[in-house]
Amino acid sequence: MATTMNEPLIEFKEVSKSFGDLPVLRGVNLRIHKGEITSIIGKSGGGKSVLLKHIIGLLRQDSGEILYEGKAVSSLKTPERRKLKRKFSYMFQGSALFDSMTVYENIALPLKERESMTDEEIHSRVSEKMQQLDLHDIETKFPSQLSGGMKKRVALARALVTEPEIVLFDEPTTGLDPIRKGVVHSMISDYQGRFGFTGVVVSHEIPDIFYISQRVAMLNEGRIIYEGSPDGIQEAGDPVIQEFVRGFESHQDVETGMQSMAYGERRFQEELARLQRHQTPFSLLLLTVENLGEIYEKVGHRIGQQALRNFAIKVRSNLRVTDICSRTALNRMMVVLPNTDQEQTRMVCAKLSRAISSEDIMEAPAMADFCFSISAGFAEARTDSKLENVISMAESKQNTFYEFRVC
Amino acid sequence: MEHSSRLWQPVIATGRFSIWLVQELGRMAIFFFRALGNIFRPPIQISKYIQQVYFIGAKSIFVVSLTGSFTGMVLGIQGYYSLSMFGATGFLGPAVALSLIRELGPVLTAIMVTGRAGSAIAAEIGIMRISEQIDALETMDINPIRFLISPKFAAALISLPLLTAIFDVVGIIGGYLTGSLLLDINPVLYFSRIESSVVMHDINGGFIKAVVFAAVITTICCFQGYYTHTRQKGFGAEGVSYSTTSAVVQSCVLIMVTDYVLTSFLL
Repeated sequence: MATTMNEPLIEFKEVSKSFGDLPVLRGVNLRIHKGEITSIIGKSGGGKSVLLKHIIGLLRQDSGEILYEGKAVSSLKTPERRKLKRKFSYMFQGSALFDSMTVYENIALPLKERESMTDEEIHSRVSEKMQQLDLHDIETKFPSQLSGGMKKRVALARALVTEPEIVLFDEPTTGLDPIRKGVVHSMISDYQGRFGFTGVVVSHEIPDIFYISQRVAMLNEGRIIYEGSPDGIQEAGDPVIQEFVRGFESHQDVETGMQSMAYGERRFQEELARLQRHQTPFSLLLLTVENLGEIYEKVGHRIGQQALRNFAIKVRSNLRVTDICSRTALNRMMVVLPNTDQEQTRMVCAKLSRAISSEDIMEAPAMADFCFSISAGFAEARTDSKLENVISMAESKQNTFYEFRVC
Repeated sequence: MEHSSRLWQPVIATGRFSIWLVQELGRMAIFFFRALGNIFRPPIQISKYIQQVYFIGAKSIFVVSLTGSFTGMVLGIQGYYSLSMFGATGFLGPAVALSLIRELGPVLTAIMVTGRAGSAIAAEIGIMRISEQIDALETMDINPIRFLISPKFAAALISLPLLTAIFDVVGIIGGYLTGSLLLDINPVLYFSRIESSVVMHDINGGFIKAVVFAAVITTICCFQGYYTHTRQKGFGAEGVSYSTTSAVVQSCVLIMVTDYVLTSFLL
């Protein structure tokens, strides 16, 4: 994975754009790195989609420069620019499927119109992508006959069928229910891992979007006011950023019903303060689903998400009310256990693993043959601990470590 | 100063309107030539052309025949009463045939096609524009003008002369029905006078008009749909409704205007 030290793949330099008298972008500076998912957050109507459309050339900037691998896109000649365009795919907010064509024709269109492939080659490529995205038996249906979530997946299939190097997602989860949102997020993350494309996601889904992105940029009043890691944005001092990020985060993680990452962090700090003042011990328990990718591959993203949700509910029901569950990554949850030392946590963990491994996570009996492989690590906080330190202690192998399977 | 600026207001408004008009006409001309050029660019999209000929041409046959027959029948009656005042009812055939072939055939066919297919084209392309389907084509590096507009152009250029021919023939038969069967014109005289008075020049003129009208209709209807998103007022579905309305109104007006210009050159 590229680090921020490397040359960016795409770079915005002082890009400005106005519509009539209305300035939308006022000098945007942004770097997008190869092989990473960069998410762009910001208020509605703040120009995030406009920014995305500049990357692919649907809109041209009034001033400033967009560089691709260090070369200014505006200086490219038409054939070079077309060659560059073919490396991109764009997934539209409203899916933008061709409503007079069937699902199959929609997905096959970019291959049919611009690649010199035979009908058999196109058919096998389209079928492969439909298989990977859990789209079965809908080849001959029209977009208007599909549900919202299904349309998004068809649009995703159409975006990925050309095996692009860069995929731009314009609010891929708008209008979906929590489970389907999770499905789309995990799909983006999963396929990015599998196909290795560079992703740019415009999204409102805070904090969910942080779990799948390596970099976050926040657009406010036409400028990028934050650019960096998802962890960094939570600590950024700018009150505008804080207000925005917190504003969204007061909600729970809608997919799993757990608290958000930032909430978990705040509880950690509160407990730490209590520990420093009153010497009341507290511990941290980390539960990681080790084989989430494998599960998605086996049963599909939808059932995988459902199982993850069931798992989270079971975990919570087996903990005390004072224990704070929060989700810190796509496949990991962190529990803050107040008034609990290392030894007690070990007991909690053992009890938890016994209690939930006997329960049925998969509601459908047909799925009985696969298991969640959970690793559980825990550590007690000290007065001078930082959250990262406790987490890495809980993760380390030599520290007490449980592994169990939930089927 | 203030007083004089108010005086200049109409001048400013006129200037602004003129600039807008010239820009719009320029954009339309560029649009027209791009669409025309892409018809012949290989690989030629034959199957799409056939599909559009079916939609614009074949599906219009019924409505064109219907209007053609009634136009011919009306011409038969009106012509008979006008000509009878001069005792020249024997010339009913040429009167009906020439007015159909030179004027009414191309003009009325074009107006019927505008109403039936032109409005559908403007609405279809307008909806594709507002639902970002045209942007989607561009992101896939598919030229939307070649993919969407050129087939409609090719189809209209093929269909309209043929539909005009059908209109003319059905109209002449309509004139015969009222003139000969209802009134007392000799059928042999009706047809033989047509044969002796209609020359190839008249028929060519009619076809030239039909081809020009085809270009007018498709340019305006496709253009209105394609640029739905740049309209000053009316967004979304409302924008599409404005586009469709202006497509039909502008097409009909421009058909009449070009008809006058062409007639003065062709005669």
